[in-house]
Amino acid sequence: MAQPTQSEAKQIVDPGIEKGAAGLTEDRIQAVINHVIQNETGARLKVYVDTCVHCGLCSEACHYYLSHDKDPRYSPVGKVKQTLWEMLRRNGRVSVDFMRRAAEIAHTECNLCKRCAMYCPFGIDIAYLMLVVRRIVHLLGMTPQYIQDTAHSHAAVCNQMWVKPDEWPDTLQWQEEEARGEMPTLRIPLEKEGADIMYSVIGPEPKFQAQLIYQAAVIMNAAGADWTMPATAGWDNSDMAMFTGDNEVMGRIKRDHYETAARLRVKRIVMGECGHAFRSVYDVGNRWLGWRIPPIPIIHAIEFYHELITSGKIRVAKKFQTPVTIHDPCNVVRGGGLHHMARELAHALCEEVVEMYPNCEHNYCCCAGGGVINCGPPWKSKRIEGNRIKADQLADAKIRGAKVLIAPCHNCHSGLEDINHAYGLGMEIKFFGDILYEVMEKPEA
Amino acid sequence: MHTIYEWVAGPLTWIAFLIFFGGLLYRLVRLVTLVRRKEPFIFTYMSLKYGLRSILHWSLPFGTVNWRLHPVLTIVTFAFHICLLAAPIFLMAHAILFKEAWGVGWPSLPDAVADGMTVVVIAGAIFFLVRRIVRPEVRFVTSASDYVLLAIVAAPFVTGFIAYHQFFAYRWMLVAHMVSGQIMLVAIPFTRLAHMLFAPLTRAYMGSEFGGVRRAIDW
Repeated sequence: MAQPTQSEAKQIVDPGIEKGAAGLTEDRIQAVINHVIQNETGARLKVYVDTCVHCGLCSEACHYYLSHDKDPRYSPVGKVKQTLWEMLRRNGRVSVDFMRRAAEIAHTECNLCKRCAMYCPFGIDIAYLMLVVRRIVHLLGMTPQYIQDTAHSHAAVCNQMWVKPDEWPDTLQWQEEEARGEMPTLRIPLEKEGADIMYSVIGPEPKFQAQLIYQAAVIMNAAGADWTMPATAGWDNSDMAMFTGDNEVMGRIKRDHYETAARLRVKRIVMGECGHAFRSVYDVGNRWLGWRIPPIPIIHAIEFYHELITSGKIRVAKKFQTPVTIHDPCNVVRGGGLHHMARELAHALCEEVVEMYPNCEHNYCCCAGGGVINCGPPWKSKRIEGNRIKADQLADAKIRGAKVLIAPCHNCHSGLEDINHAYGLGMEIKFFGDILYEVMEKPEA
Repeated sequence: MHTIYEWVAGPLTWIAFLIFFGGLLYRLVRLVTLVRRKEPFIFTYMSLKYGLRSILHWSLPFGTVNWRLHPVLTIVTFAFHICLLAAPIFLMAHAILFKEAWGVGWPSLPDAVADGMTVVVIAGAIFFLVRRIVRPEVRFVTSASDYVLLAIVAAPFVTGFIAYHQFFAYRWMLVAHMVSGQIMLVAIPFTRLAHMLFAPLTRAYMGSEFGGVRRAIDW
């Protein structure tokens, strides 16, 4: 089943990286690197570099390292050596080729999943160090093309997928109309001030996964939730600028999101099944804007569905019969501790739950998150080769009976779909929302 | 010979300890100042409870997934670090020197035990050296400075071992032992050996982030 990884990856040309590299000089590179090191980093970078004893114990944490037959170039510390250590050692005086490789490492060989922080005895945050490299890459204008396009979209229309201001409410009304075929009284309340919940989604949902909005509307209506969705910008909780090192845009779109919720005077923001968006609104955007914790409580779909089931607002008509297994997304599990709730929810919805190992905080990454899948088609096969270990892990769960894989995160979902196909696993991948929608009692059905 | 001994055992030792403690204090003050100036949010997220929780797990042999993944390394690294700290502090000869100089004493280890611990440190250093050369993921990130640091740490134990057993050149070995010990003390605050000071802090911060914000464990 496991396909052999190529020992020498072929040179991948990314138009974004090349365009940026074309106009660079070593002087400019040095100026940018030293600007970032001196003005934008502080104690963490210094202590992490001064404390690392080069022991290599972080290696076993990384799915890239494990998937490439333990090639040391893919170990977490190996990536720091090939990027930041060299930059610091040469006082920022590195070549254009060096930066090309650094951009590739930081953007396509690390998912920022932070598993290595749990394997380093000192707790060195290598994901943070890779983000510093991405920041340098961003300021040099060398960000890979596809993810840069999503960052441009965030900057221009405040969502990830170039959804125009009129297309957004149109899509919601279209889904409302569709869903009324099933539930005649169903509403998707727009701009309802003072509602309990603002429901927010990521750009790809209106763009090409509108059925997820349909399902969420059915769940909300069946539960009798007092909810609303904004008709304006600020509806998108996703944030690729967070992963391109474009902190200014990242902060701006997070501010829009929180301010939209504040304008609607909602008590809390419930979000769809997305991991990186959870990270951006729960942990990153708030910090950039100066809040210790998010100004309005953020509830991930796992928590919300868990609440609906345990409070009895949604009842299960007949449990999901096919055996399932659970993928623990880094951003909601290592980043939000939702693995226990995910399991309780899975057991409440499904007849048989097969555990996949390693699990919970120690789960292997999907290899799509952290903006890696957003670097687009040029990097797709590299991404799939870089996660053979995940295919092995899934195959093991399948042997033990799991046929459906629950992945409560959009990036995980897409990345696992690629792995599923490439390695011929033949599993079906679902969101919790898909299963909840399928098994719940629908009052007016 | 006698004057060299006097000089090394007297003023040089004073200087080494002053640089050691002063250096550690300097690094700590610099770090706290830098955090206040550039990343004050670190204080906001630091949590005593979650920091200590994380340190505790990582301080227990086999207390974390990664320690369990590397059983031999775990045993060696714990034995190495415990002996590295305990042997010099509780060596009878050192305790006597301190009692003679300052009049303060503390319980000490029987010589045979301290001798055994010295062997553990030397064996551990050899293990780390071999691991650095043999394991590709370690070799890849190794530079000359890593070997130098290992030598700095091993030297006082090797010379101390030879001097204690009076294998050869006893007096010279005693001087070499003191000088190498002083080099180690001076090196600690200003090299990656500073992990003695920083490791608990970085671990505590990661533990705080995982416990307080991410509601997850980090071991």
